[in-house]
Amino acid sequence: MMILGLIEHDHGKLSDLSLEMLTFGRRLAAQLNAPLHAILIGEVARPLADRLKAYGVSTVHLAQHDRLDDYAPEAWAQSVVEIVNTVKPEAVMAAGSDRGNEVMAHVAARANLPMAANCTEVQPGDPYRVTRVRWGGSLLEEARLIGTVKLLTVAPHAVAAEEALATGELAITAFTPALAEKDFRVRVTGRVEAAAGKVSLAEAKVVVGGGRGVGSAEGFKALEELAELLGGAVGCSRAVTSLGWRPHAEQVGQTGTRIAPEIYIACGVSGAIQHMVGARGAKRILAINTDPEAPIVAQADYAVIGDLREVVPALSAEIRKVKQG
Amino acid sequence: MNVLVCVKRVPATGGKITLTADEQEIDTHFLGFTISPHEECAVEEALRLVEALPGGGSTAVLTLGPAAAEEQLRDALAMGIEHAILLETDGREWDPTATANAMVEVIRARRAAGRDFDLLLFGNEAADTGGYQVGIRVAHALDLPCVTGVKELEIRNGMAMAKREAAGGREIFEVTLPAVITIKEGINLPRYPSMPGRLKAKKKVIEQTKPQWNNGGLEKVRLKLPKEQEHQVEIFGKGPEAAPKVVELLQRLGLV
Repeated sequence: MMILGLIEHDHGKLSDLSLEMLTFGRRLAAQLNAPLHAILIGEVARPLADRLKAYGVSTVHLAQHDRLDDYAPEAWAQSVVEIVNTVKPEAVMAAGSDRGNEVMAHVAARANLPMAANCTEVQPGDPYRVTRVRWGGSLLEEARLIGTVKLLTVAPHAVAAEEALATGELAITAFTPALAEKDFRVRVTGRVEAAAGKVSLAEAKVVVGGGRGVGSAEGFKALEELAELLGGAVGCSRAVTSLGWRPHAEQVGQTGTRIAPEIYIACGVSGAIQHMVGARGAKRILAINTDPEAPIVAQADYAVIGDLREVVPALSAEIRKVKQG
Repeated sequence: MNVLVCVKRVPATGGKITLTADEQEIDTHFLGFTISPHEECAVEEALRLVEALPGGGSTAVLTLGPAAAEEQLRDALAMGIEHAILLETDGREWDPTATANAMVEVIRARRAAGRDFDLLLFGNEAADTGGYQVGIRVAHALDLPCVTGVKELEIRNGMAMAKREAAGGREIFEVTLPAVITIKEGINLPRYPSMPGRLKAKKKVIEQTKPQWNNGGLEKVRLKLPKEQEHQVEIFGKGPEAAPKVVELLQRLGLV
């Protein structure tokens, strides 16, 4: 009996969310006094084993197959199902990422088991009691999860990745999953690189966001200018994309991008929860709003009460002044 | 090409979510309902795909939900979808496994009657429950390939070319139809239904069945609101005069 974690990687590049998942899994394993195992898909991932050991993994199951050189969700899922049938874990988990949720849903369908996506807490037993994310984080659900093997994914940033205090020996056991042609009918067949030079919204240190209060598509010019002066990116609320003022790629929130800047400057944003869950990773929020009672002001660290059409250009002017020294 | 879009009725939540006293639902006394956002884009995508194909095709929308979910089916019909199917529940929540099983049954029955679908569209995840699995479970049961989280879709010569976001860009998947594709918001901007569209939709007959509720193994116990972090907001002032204070902060953070 053990806890089994599926490690996510892209051509051998480890996903940080998998380290959070292992931290989560290790705590569950400790409660059950059970070991923590991990599954790595593809020979290309073998060098990651040492990193996993630091997070308390005692055994790595390495799936070897000459066609496992790139991501193929069904082939990954079949590899997991095979190892589950062999080692009979108590629970299997992955990170609640695009790929993690995808592979685990395939595992669940293949094994005919329930699955709980994006858990923030878990209490073992039969059934498991889990707390999981609904509405992209606006709401939580406590649920019972049944199944001979408990399948779940761990909500991103539910726990911080922490190495284990003490680690033992690491065993690596390789196996070759029996994969059929069909397991590769869905696979990555190409990639399109993002345009170089532009600061990506998800990684920007400063995000200047605009809501309906910006008033028009033209109104965003002032926000663009401020973002450029700060080396940041422009974001917006869902209302703005629905109005066609900005592309969806700039949308911050439940159905858009999750941002994590040093500061989020929210201009004319009301602060609806669907938007704010996307800004939860922001270290600080500065609200610029005419309404001191707007929900965004209560959620901000700093606020300027005023018309953004005056405040934003004044900020740009002040920054230029300071830069010119 | 025959396209089926599976949608979910969800509350149109505003700035603040409140729960019912029994903590089982969102209090919807003052809320409207809508098609879950990813699925609204799936409806739009179905319409665009069929409009763009030289041979045309037919479109249908399917939902599992209470009788009131007819409203969302009529919204999809008003946008231009031709047929609608309601799997009526008694208002209880169905977990992803149970939902997928009921949908598979309907699709299998159609298949047997010679009315199969070439393309099944889902949302990547339902806005409310966020289960991330109904599309995949349906694909598995019907032995179809499934691409999830798609933000760009093209149908050519019986193939679906799908792109989705990945670190540093987009990854491409190519699958043969029939296939299941789960859509993410941003793939398109859904149209507003026209007035004639709304009137036409009102008169359409909705196919209805009442599947038996079953326990799929993930049972809701209660809902709760996440803890709000205590916040002290520092007001820098009013209007443009506050600019120097803001820039001082930005300098302190090393951003200017």
